[in-house]
Amino acid sequence: MPPRSASKPSKKRSNPDSVTSSATGPVPSASSKKKASKEVDGTDKLFDKYANASSGVIDPEGIEKLCSSLEVPHTDIRILMLAWRMKAERQGYFTKGEWRIGLKALKVDTIGKLKKALPELEKEVREPLNFRDFYAYAFQYCLTEDKQKFLDTETICQLLDMVLGSTFRAQVDYLIDYLKIQKDYKVISMDQWRGFCRFCNEISFPDMTNYNLELAWPSILDDFFEWLREKQA
Amino acid sequence: MSFSQNREPITIEDGFKLIDAAVTKLTRIIEGKPEPPFLPEEYIGNYTIVYNMCIQKPPHDSSGPLYEKYGAILQAYDKLTILPSIMEKHDEYMLRELSRWWEINKIMVRWLSHFFYYLDRYYIARNGIPSLTVVGMTCFRDHVYEKVHFNVKQVVIALIHKEREGQQIDRALLKNVLDLFVQNGMGNMERYEKDFEDFFLTETNSYYSRKASSWIQEDSCPEYMIKAEESLKKEKERVSHYLHSDTEPKLVANVQTNLLVSVAKQLLEKENSGCSALLRDDKTDDLSRMYRLYHAIPQGLEPVAVAFRLHVTAEGNSLIKQAEDAATSGIVEEQVLVRKIIDLHDKYMAYVTDCFQNHTLFHKSLKEAFEIFCNKKVAGSSSAEMLATFCDNLFKKAANDKSNDDSTIESTIDNVVKLLDYISDKDLFAEFYRKKLARRLLFGKFSDDHERSILTKLKGQFGGQFTSKMEGMVTDMQLGKDQQTGFEEYLKNANTGKPKGIDFTVTVLTTGFWPSYKTSDLNLPLEMVNCIESFKAHYEIKTNHRRLMWIYSLGNCNLTARFDAKPIELIVSTYQAAVLCAFNHTERLTYQELIDQLNLSHEDLVRVLHSLSCAKYKFLKKEPASKTISKTDSFEFNSKFTDKMRRIKVPLPPVDDRKKVVEDVDKDRRYAIDASLVRIMKSRKVLPHQQLVSECVEQLSRMFKPDIKMIKKRIEDLISRDYLERDTENPNTFKYVA
Repeated sequence: MPPRSASKPSKKRSNPDSVTSSATGPVPSASSKKKASKEVDGTDKLFDKYANASSGVIDPEGIEKLCSSLEVPHTDIRILMLAWRMKAERQGYFTKGEWRIGLKALKVDTIGKLKKALPELEKEVREPLNFRDFYAYAFQYCLTEDKQKFLDTETICQLLDMVLGSTFRAQVDYLIDYLKIQKDYKVISMDQWRGFCRFCNEISFPDMTNYNLELAWPSILDDFFEWLREKQA
Repeated sequence: MSFSQNREPITIEDGFKLIDAAVTKLTRIIEGKPEPPFLPEEYIGNYTIVYNMCIQKPPHDSSGPLYEKYGAILQAYDKLTILPSIMEKHDEYMLRELSRWWEINKIMVRWLSHFFYYLDRYYIARNGIPSLTVVGMTCFRDHVYEKVHFNVKQVVIALIHKEREGQQIDRALLKNVLDLFVQNGMGNMERYEKDFEDFFLTETNSYYSRKASSWIQEDSCPEYMIKAEESLKKEKERVSHYLHSDTEPKLVANVQTNLLVSVAKQLLEKENSGCSALLRDDKTDDLSRMYRLYHAIPQGLEPVAVAFRLHVTAEGNSLIKQAEDAATSGIVEEQVLVRKIIDLHDKYMAYVTDCFQNHTLFHKSLKEAFEIFCNKKVAGSSSAEMLATFCDNLFKKAANDKSNDDSTIESTIDNVVKLLDYISDKDLFAEFYRKKLARRLLFGKFSDDHERSILTKLKGQFGGQFTSKMEGMVTDMQLGKDQQTGFEEYLKNANTGKPKGIDFTVTVLTTGFWPSYKTSDLNLPLEMVNCIESFKAHYEIKTNHRRLMWIYSLGNCNLTARFDAKPIELIVSTYQAAVLCAFNHTERLTYQELIDQLNLSHEDLVRVLHSLSCAKYKFLKKEPASKTISKTDSFEFNSKFTDKMRRIKVPLPPVDDRKKVVEDVDKDRRYAIDASLVRIMKSRKVLPHQQLVSECVEQLSRMFKPDIKMIKKRIEDLISRDYLERDTENPNTFKYVA
């Protein structure tokens, strides 16, 4: 589950989907209608298990329940991946429409199947093209205010750990150290966020011999590079 | 012999016999032996033999054999007579022999060709074979020249060496001999070049290389240069005396390379006499010589220009260091420093125009040198600030002291404009200048002419945008005078609101031209409030939709303070006046009461009270009488105060706004960078990072040198504001977002 915990007060946003909204996607044909509707039924029933009865959406509490059902810690990246699959818009909440999209894409309708589908999902997300999209989504997902463009460094540290930690442990650890120590940057933009991923993918570490200060790396990475160089000396 | 058509044909045997006899006679004549000259009949006779033998009917037509015979005669002569004579001799004698026989040979060939002339006309022409003259020359070349040229060359070069070492030699002889080399090339310069010139140049090369090594050790730079110049002169003379003109450029290049190019560094950097020393000691002749010598060499001037630049930079740096060391308690004597830099500029510019003939390379060196040290900070002051302060002092003095003649001021202004060209933070200068200009215009005398003059010159050099605000300020003052007259008219005519006995002058400043000033909600004494109100009324009649913002911090006031001893006129700022007037109604006031009454900021009130109670003139008594103001103090009008002066000016020390100026300029730079980046991307649509940065730097270089890191940050800012985006394929390239 993305970093914002369940206890954070909800922010002003447009009203979440109500229970009565229609499902997205094409109208099923007559023959598959029965199967489709059966799927939808299963999916919907599953949804209702976790959703908040009054608001009609799965709220942070519900997500926590979902996590324990899936036997996955709620700060695990796989929940974020699930959110990505669902194209969930609001951090901490899944609407019925989003739920349907996600589960349909995974072709599951029970909690057991969902649990089994998680490794497959992870593999899919880690494919380069998808990962790029997922990575940007992770940032976007954490923006809670309307027109918000930046995330605070604390959140970024947690995100980095979650999203890149398993693949680029060393880089992430140093980046987090740096972000905590430095005073110039209080918030991070999407461009800088994307820069981190590019850095991990392209720059050999820890020697960083192919890093070039003359290129268009975001300044924060130039500063990180110089900071690390000094540390290594 | 008489012409007769039907006579016996001449046989080859007979013919040759006759010819041989003629040849023998000929050789005796041309060798200077006693022999009577050819009679005309004999001459014609010889020609006729050949003629007859040629036109005889076959099988007696003997053109071919005659042609052969001609060649054989000459060959024999060359091999048996000429060559041995030459080879007998040595050294200069050999040259003379050669020269003599060469002349003889020419005559021989000429005469013989005359005898055999008929061959030239028909036989040779018809068969396309070498002419008689060519055969003659070729013969000499093959049988004499080829055999002797090596030794001859050795002798020639030895003689040239002798001449170089100062001895006299027979120049005419050398000229003849070298001419001979040329002519034996038979149409091209190959023989001269391969058989003589190449060796000569090699010898020259080692000669001058040796000389260079020894001179460079023994001689000072000027002495060396004189020797070099002399050597070049002598070598050029040598060409005119006996070398072929083709040799000149190669010879000159050779000498230059050895004497000037290969030792350039050593020569120019010679301690106590090299370029640096010459510049320092004003040795214009030597420097001119240096320029002359190196100018003639392609790219030769570059090391000289480098030495020049290094010297000027060192001089400039030492001035900076001097100023740094002399800056006691962190205050720079910029008057002294700027004057010295101006003098330095004049001195070295003179070198550039005179000794270095205004060459662009030296203009460039001078510029580069000045750009290095003119951008250094001295005791925390940037050069931009120092120059602005310099101008400020210059104009303040000029306005007060009319005795200064205008032309000195004008030339100093010209110098200032020149120096500004070297300073990269021109926008910083403009901002400091503007702040100080404001003080000059508002607080004291200023000369409209001088102020306008420098602005015109700055505009000419740096563009209208640079000076537009300052010009606006000066114009405001001009308009202000008219406005004041208008206001006074209004006061006379209007019956309302004539301030009770207070003369009141208002200067209206156009916001935007002038530096920004903080307004304050100072509570003015009532008398002043009336003045303000009446002006407001007048202004509102005159203009539409304009808002007046009163800046009391810039005002000043003449008060009469009635001390016990005698009244004294005090010239103080409006803030100080407000504080003093507060004591008109109460004897004693505490700090807190003053704050409440006047509504000044703590910072301002402390400053004002300090100037009135702790400084040189204590108009107020402070309790406790410490040196600093604290919030618990109380104040009383010091009626016992007196001074011999009837008028006292109490300056309020200005707030040090250097930090603010730098901040303001930094802010403006950020906007300028943003604007420039957007402008570039709008027109280019797609651009790689490096190019974007360099174009941006280029665009802004007229005003300041943008920090690359700042540009990068602005780019990122523009990305987050959706003006630009990174190309998805290539993150080092940016795209304009329409």
